[in-house]
Amino acid sequence: MNWLRDFVKPKIRALVSKKNVPDDLWTKCSNCEQMIFHRELASNLQVCPHCSYHMRMNATSRLQMLFDNAEYRIIEFPTGLADPLKFKDTKKYTDRLKENRAKTNNQDAIIAAHGKMGGVGVVIAAFDFDFMGGSMSIATGEALLSASRLAILQQAPLIVIPASGGARMQEGILSLMQMARTVAAIQEVKEAGLPYIVLLADPTYGGVSASFAMLGDIAISEPGAMIGFAGRRVIQETIREKLPNDFQKAEYLLDHGMIDMVVTRRELRPMMIKILSLLQNKTPSAQVLAIKKK
Amino acid sequence: MYQALDFEAPILELEGKIEELRHISGGSNVNIADEVDKLQNKVSKLLKQIYGKLTPYQKIQVARHPQRPRLKDFIQGFVQDFVPLAGDRLFAEDQAIIGGIGRIKGYAAVIIGHERGSDTESRLRHNFGMARPEGYRKAQRLMDLADRLKLPVICLVDTAGAYPGLDAETRGQAEAIARSIEKCLTIKTPLISIITGEGGSGGAIALAVADQIFMFEHAVYSVISAEGCASILWRSADYKVTAAEALKLTAQDLLKLKVIDGIIPEPLGGAHRVPQEAIHKLSDTLERALKELIGVDGSVLREKRRAKFIEMGRVGIVG
Ligand SMILES: [Zn+2]
Repeated sequence: MNWLRDFVKPKIRALVSKKNVPDDLWTKCSNCEQMIFHRELASNLQVCPHCSYHMRMNATSRLQMLFDNAEYRIIEFPTGLADPLKFKDTKKYTDRLKENRAKTNNQDAIIAAHGKMGGVGVVIAAFDFDFMGGSMSIATGEALLSASRLAILQQAPLIVIPASGGARMQEGILSLMQMARTVAAIQEVKEAGLPYIVLLADPTYGGVSASFAMLGDIAISEPGAMIGFAGRRVIQETIREKLPNDFQKAEYLLDHGMIDMVVTRRELRPMMIKILSLLQNKTPSAQVLAIKKK
Repeated sequence: MYQALDFEAPILELEGKIEELRHISGGSNVNIADEVDKLQNKVSKLLKQIYGKLTPYQKIQVARHPQRPRLKDFIQGFVQDFVPLAGDRLFAEDQAIIGGIGRIKGYAAVIIGHERGSDTESRLRHNFGMARPEGYRKAQRLMDLADRLKLPVICLVDTAGAYPGLDAETRGQAEAIARSIEKCLTIKTPLISIITGEGGSGGAIALAVADQIFMFEHAVYSVISAEGCASILWRSADYKVTAAEALKLTAQDLLKLKVIDGIIPEPLGGAHRVPQEAIHKLSDTLERALKELIGVDGSVLREKRRAKFIEMGRVGIVG
């Protein structure tokens, strides 16, 4: 297989730390409607200081929040202007891609990076909901594959953070095939004996939830995150019944045995570091042994 | 009674004329027999014409035709000694997916497929072929059984999609589909999938991550229904015909995109006109595939299956 060559070769470039200055200095919480100053919102990890509502976070913020000292290296993956179906709805797909690339500064709906968490080397792939609703494309599949194979090469745990409405319709059946493809990719990580941790972010739906996202060794989510296969509206139209208020929320999934834990954003990093340490450092450390001797 | 599709109106008209002639003659007049032959030829010609260039949306209509052969017909048609096996051993028996062991052209196999039902009673019982998590978990259980006992797995796919219901979501529809895909990529026994009618999104691929994938000539396989796609991207279901074209969901398109391995020809005028012929063609295809795959080392099979899907859909990627 030509995979080793394929992903070792891509240049791994350091993140240029460019402070994103928001256009609006104030954000209105969509839950309690209070106004929040942008610095306060950023320092509070996009969580409303008044009502603890967890707002969506883009991929870059996710990576900065999780890696030690917000330091990481981005794993480049092949993209190009792929439009295999020459798809056009009210707009050309290639135009949509260009627009979303300009808007988000990302190549596609995912950023994969490697770095350290609590001193442990990890690979993290985070979806960017701002890029076409985080939809799963051939390129996102490619990124997950690169991330998986780098994790194996580095013998590092893989953390994936989906935030996606599902498949990218503009890539048709090839988007659907990414379900099998991403499952095959994480299977390699699992079979290499490495931990595969999923942080199901708001929202995780459709072809994304029904593939790699629901197969984590450990499944974590955040308060209020919406997770499901079919969307609320489709279900409502099908069954014509009122749905429970907390339906498809992370807490609902926890109650029904579908995920391991719901963790507030502030506690995410410490919790993940604790888990990683347990899974990666399996025997007493030299320090612990020394203390025992005394 | 034959349920005609809208674009079949000219055919129906001719067939009506033939009926009329037969009725009048009572089968005695030779001259009328000649006339009937002539009309019959015209019908065949017209069928060839219309079915030779069906639009993608017309193919969707054919794939969903209520008289198209269903799983039950295929099992009755070419599976000997079929023993249905029920239940996911966790919660329930879901009749939207039927599975069991049986013999196809002499080969013992595990057969799994969506059943849509063929009349009101059976359609309700099978939930129109839209499975809940239990259906997919039953499929996984049967794949495990096949893996352990070294039986090939045949999956017949025909579903509008996984059931979008409150109960299905609560019991983990997404997880059930994800695990089915994982199971397909795990077993070390031959796995053959055929899209016989409608291959609807995640509910279809859950049973279609196979060593060899075939589609009937007029079957469709898509990431989302044409109607769903139209209402999201064009903001109106009226654009379903346009969406059907854009999605590239026909067997012919999918073969070009290398998502499937082969197309099974349908009888003139579609599988619903001569179901027996479609059933025979399918069993011949299965026999060929089984001959090819049985005896291949299980680890090699699995490795190749995974590599196939890893490579699939890299179309258009610029390295
Ligand atoms: Zn608030």
